[in-house]
Amino acid sequence: MLSKIKAFWRGVRQLSGDDAYERYLRHHAAHHQADIALSKAAFFKQWQDEKWNSIKRCC
Amino acid sequence: MNKLLKNAVWILIAALGAAAVGGIALNRGESINALWFVTAALCVYAIAYRFYAAWIAATVLVVDETRATPAERLDNGRDFVPTNKWIVFGHHFAAIAGPGPLVGPTLAAQFGYLPGTLWILFGAVLGGCVQDMVTLFLSTRRDAKSLGQMARDELGALGGTAALIGTFAIMIILIAVLGLVVVNAMKHSPWATATVTATIPIAMIVGLYMRSFRPGQVLEASALGVVLLLLSVAGGGWIDENKTLRVWFDQEGLTLAWWVMAYGFAAAIMPVWLLLAPRDYLSTYIKLGTITLLAVAIIMLQPEVKMPAVTQFIDGTGPIFGGKLFPFMFITIACGAISGFHALIASGTTPKLLTNERDIPMLGYGSMMLESFVAMMAMIAATVLDPGVFFAINSPAGVVGKEAVDAVAVISSWGFPVTVEQMQLLANQMGEASLFARTGGAPSLAVGMASIFGSAFGESMLALWYHFAIMFEAIFILTTLDAGTRVGRFMLQDMLGNIWPKMGETSWTPSVVLTSALVVAAWGYFLYIGVIDPNGGVNILWPLFGIANQMLAAIALSVATGILVKSGKLKYAWVTGLPLAWLVTITSAAAWEKITSDNIRIGFFAAANDLADKLAAGVLLPEKAAIAPHLIFNLHLDGWLTLFFVALLWLIVLDMLRVCRRYLTGKPVLPLSESPHSPSRLAEDWVRD
Repeated sequence: MLSKIKAFWRGVRQLSGDDAYERYLRHHAAHHQADIALSKAAFFKQWQDEKWNSIKRCC
Repeated sequence: MNKLLKNAVWILIAALGAAAVGGIALNRGESINALWFVTAALCVYAIAYRFYAAWIAATVLVVDETRATPAERLDNGRDFVPTNKWIVFGHHFAAIAGPGPLVGPTLAAQFGYLPGTLWILFGAVLGGCVQDMVTLFLSTRRDAKSLGQMARDELGALGGTAALIGTFAIMIILIAVLGLVVVNAMKHSPWATATVTATIPIAMIVGLYMRSFRPGQVLEASALGVVLLLLSVAGGGWIDENKTLRVWFDQEGLTLAWWVMAYGFAAAIMPVWLLLAPRDYLSTYIKLGTITLLAVAIIMLQPEVKMPAVTQFIDGTGPIFGGKLFPFMFITIACGAISGFHALIASGTTPKLLTNERDIPMLGYGSMMLESFVAMMAMIAATVLDPGVFFAINSPAGVVGKEAVDAVAVISSWGFPVTVEQMQLLANQMGEASLFARTGGAPSLAVGMASIFGSAFGESMLALWYHFAIMFEAIFILTTLDAGTRVGRFMLQDMLGNIWPKMGETSWTPSVVLTSALVVAAWGYFLYIGVIDPNGGVNILWPLFGIANQMLAAIALSVATGILVKSGKLKYAWVTGLPLAWLVTITSAAAWEKITSDNIRIGFFAAANDLADKLAAGVLLPEKAAIAPHLIFNLHLDGWLTLFFVALLWLIVLDMLRVCRRYLTGKPVLPLSESPHSPSRLAEDWVRD
């Protein structure tokens, strides 16, 4: 039961983007170790700006 | 044995579904329980998904689970990211579900519950779901390209340009009509206006919280926002009681239209983090929460549907919008059955997150089934009202008369009894001054939702439920409005950039201000005309939007059909070809009537000529004569716009047929732009659960 609740919470965090920075850090560690990772605030700024440059909502 | 059992279960579902659909169709009693609708819907969806969607995926598209998706091949940790299928489903559904499936069925309920219900069910499983799924598949196979890009690559420059112009045009009309729905919901309702206004600073607080106070803490900020939104619903009631404050929010439609335009402009030029992004978060939570709540309430309460199965208005004399059942019911429901707009999300956006091709039926087909179910709930919410009440709320003053006494007399004479006292009592319960002629669909949906919520969770809070429902509709309409204005701005900058490259720089301030102003002016014009129109405007704008949306769907299905034929799958081309043929039929028929009809409630030019004659003869009241030239010009414009949409539609269909004919007669055509097969390396199921 507890593991189900945890999985649900993980889903909610991922869906809302709450864990976007953690995912970015994991991706960064796996693929771009040579560069310095962005700070949380800087990453979030970029993430939000990019997200809203195309059609995201419809009728 | 196991297989036998499975078959038996499916036969049972089929029988139950057939009984439910038959029950809805043949019922001629006083009322019918809403549970029949829910049962029919769930059975039809289950069967369509299990058999039709699975067959299309396996046989027509041949989805290949060993093939790497763009999300895997182009993974950059940002927009291309292999993602858990339920997360992708959430994103996709939140993106496609907008106010369309709520408003369309509410308006189409004037024909009775049956025609709309059948089209919502069968239009979705045979048309809308197929379109969404096939488009998602094709874009996934083409590095997540957009619909316009696919049209250009597969059919040629003509198809690509048509798709681009079509998208821009539908965006403008969509925003105008949605703006009109919000304006009509707020008109002379201080409570609704105050609550909707409060959503703007609330979104900004959430934006600042996420950006500066606690960067990236999305859920914390959203929880704060949702609490503030609920408080704003109650706060609106407090303002409504307060003599000095309420006058600020008790506004004419035209004033509110200017406010909405100013808001759209501000939202398009402000940084996204301040207003657009946080508002979107809030609207998504409220939307998903309210839809779930409505489903729970309908199942708990099992309300009786009081609207007749079919009303006399199928002959074209309906008060909400003029025109016969065929083709106008199909144009009106639009998004709940098939929506071209979804093709824009299914191409480009969602494929970038898709981990494995085998999830395509669930994402493309499944999410549209859910959208269709939302439309079904809107239909239920509209038809559980007393038909007399439903028509009193939705009929414009221009049709039934300005005075309450006249309106109830006209509506009762149609066979839908309603009294002034009944309407006044209802308005008092909902905390509104009056509910007569509150066109646009939002108020009647809110009354329907409030009565369902009220009966299920407590009658005493009807006014709160009503304004909660209005806030729910307004918040995501405004989200579509500001996001649409912004996207429109990008499209315009892109187009103008071809002429003057400097204009194409998305961060150059003069270009941002100019293009945003142009986009707002374009939809603002239609909104303005809609507001001053004595027939409520929805009558004009909604069919125009429906035609544009179905045209976009036809473009998506043309691209799909063309690609199927070019892939040597001619014998399966009917899967997208038949819905396409039907869409071309209804869109062309509707456009034809809108252009040529002599009936002034249907034909744009007929209405313009009639008004011009009356103006020349001097029989118009002075206030009407003053706006008549605007209305005449606008009716002409709408007529030409309809002609333009239908010409664009035929252009692309004929272009697709040309490409198919060339392919079938062995002449050279543009090659398939499918990206080459590369095997998936993702370990089985690593992101899937």
